Amino acid sequence: MKESKRAFPLADVLPGLPDQHWASFVLPLAVVLGLALFPFITGKDVHRETMFTVLRAIVMAVSLNIILGYTGYVSFGHVVFYGLGGYVGFYLVSEKGMSLWVALLAGGLAAGLLAWVIGAGILRLRGAYFALVTIGVNEAVRALIQNLDIFGGPLGLEMNFSVYKAYGGPQAMLQMTYNILVGLAVIAVLLSYAVRTSKFGLGLLAIREDEDAAEVMGIIAPKAKTWAYVLSAILPGMVGALFFFRNGSIEPHEAFPLHISIEAIVMVMLGGYGTVLGPILGAAGYQVMRAFLITNRYLKNIQLTVSGVLLLLIVLFIPAGLIGWLRRRIPASRRILL
Amino acid sequence: MTALLRVENVTKRFGGLVAVDHVSFELHEGEILGLIGPNGAGKTTLFNCINGIYRPEEGRIYFRGQDITGWKPYYVARLGMARTHQIVRPLAELTVRENVMVGAAFGSKQYDLRTAAHIADEVMEFLGLAERAEMLAGSLNVAQKKRLELARALAAEPKLLLLDEVLAGLNPAEIAQMVEIVKAIREERGITILMIEHVMHAIMNVSDRIIVLDFGKLIAEGTPEEVSNNPKVIEAYLGDPELALKLTRKSNA
Ligand SMILES: Nc1ncnc2c1ncn2[C@@H]1O[C@H](COP(=O)(O)OP(=O)(O)OP(=O)(O)O)[C@@H](O)[C@H]1O
Ligand SMILES: [Mg+2]
Repeated sequence: MKESKRAFPLADVLPGLPDQHWASFVLPLAVVLGLALFPFITGKDVHRETMFTVLRAIVMAVSLNIILGYTGYVSFGHVVFYGLGGYVGFYLVSEKGMSLWVALLAGGLAAGLLAWVIGAGILRLRGAYFALVTIGVNEAVRALIQNLDIFGGPLGLEMNFSVYKAYGGPQAMLQMTYNILVGLAVIAVLLSYAVRTSKFGLGLLAIREDEDAAEVMGIIAPKAKTWAYVLSAILPGMVGALFFFRNGSIEPHEAFPLHISIEAIVMVMLGGYGTVLGPILGAAGYQVMRAFLITNRYLKNIQLTVSGVLLLLIVLFIPAGLIGWLRRRIPASRRILL
Repeated sequence: MTALLRVENVTKRFGGLVAVDHVSFELHEGEILGLIGPNGAGKTTLFNCINGIYRPEEGRIYFRGQDITGWKPYYVARLGMARTHQIVRPLAELTVRENVMVGAAFGSKQYDLRTAAHIADEVMEFLGLAERAEMLAGSLNVAQKKRLELARALAAEPKLLLLDEVLAGLNPAEIAQMVEIVKAIREERGITILMIEHVMHAIMNVSDRIIVLDFGKLIAEGTPEEVSNNPKVIEAYLGDPELALKLTRKSNA
């Protein structure tokens, strides 16, 4: 048997978990693609804009799930990766005249790099300490950017609309960025599936369940956790770059709002942490609820209160979330619902 | 013959308490070495020093010819040492099978998942856990969780297995069964064993040699016969008359 010292998954990705049904792979992809195709079918711009927020939520939740759901570390300030990616990408396009593609890569890279640099330090903290420190990191990065002149300080940066000409004008740009987001969502799902079914992922689950026992069994927890954190940061960074490019402006309070983190946690918990399908359904379900709330005259101001209460109810009554609950109740479903 | 494990003058303190006090011993390949001593003697702490959970303040530990003092538990595990926990630590939300696969996938051989699954199936069969393979580990009873601890450790295909009270809480029939399993692990798998046990007749029965800890100090070493006739050992157990009685009765039998 060949020896392998790698903690990184790719070598073991293809075989997948033994006796996992192919549907466990197809189902999450089908849900994402089904949602993504909806605006193409109706052909309505308003549906495309709605689905943009749904897919963005899916990427955030699916990514967060890698560190929160698989590894058991509650990254409360996960929006920092979105904001940082947003700023780095925006800066490169609007101030340096680089292309959106470079911005996307740089946004993902910056987010991954930040996770890698801080991960080694803060992933030593467990439980609430880790959660609190991630909030601190978000605030620190926000404060730093607010004080950086190249990023426009507290006012942020504005895009010169002529930039969009290179992408066929604002209308075409809106469609193109939507298409890119669909691609990112698909990548998020593939990544999540690859991690979940790999040996690396089994190591993460073991860390989540009992980190000390995992180390005794040979899992190099510090390394595995750092990789998990990096993997969970990259796509939010890219989506940040994409969103703010599309948005045409970026400001500190828009880039690092803590409520995006909290909502992503609710989505993961709602659908089922530690599963591939759960965060996707959780994100979609949450966005539907949110859309209902903010369009309702009486409820729109209590939208965040509702997510807080929702989180409380989930944690109290169905801590495993929808998919986790199904997997527990119906063991036969485990081969299909991953 | 060089020792598989050599513990040299190992000392571990908790504040003012010397939990392990200049302990030295050797363990040879293929041996079953029993580690006994009254409650709080420092047995588990010694295990924790050997597999890297604690770094001893003094002394050195050599395993397979390497100085592993201060190594992290995961490197020690990869070098071929596996252990069970006195207080079971199941990966509660994973299935029994996944638990055992973790042992195989990250143990001494670093198997890929598919191979790990085969090994898990074989080990579960060997330990009578096969029907429970798809149950969540958290839903097992204590005796089954003890077996799971053992299964994970065995799946790692270690050179050396540290067993911390795998018989505790088992009924006499289960104890007899487990004793046979421990013997089979050595005979069929060629794994060297260091085991902590309070069930005296069992440890006297399976061990080639026994070492005795009392207040962190190694007070005796020898064959089961020698140890159970050693006045120092009997004295150490006098705080626990029942155990002392059992010990003497067994040695007379
Ligand atoms: N983490 C710790 N911090 C402080 N003291 C500890 C710690 N772990 C163990 N001790 C103390 O060290 C001594 C040895 O404990 P240890 O658990 O090694 O004993 P043991 O021989 O395994 O006992 P038992 O037979 O009850 O399992 C005890 O006095 C215990 O209270
Ligand atoms: Mg003990």
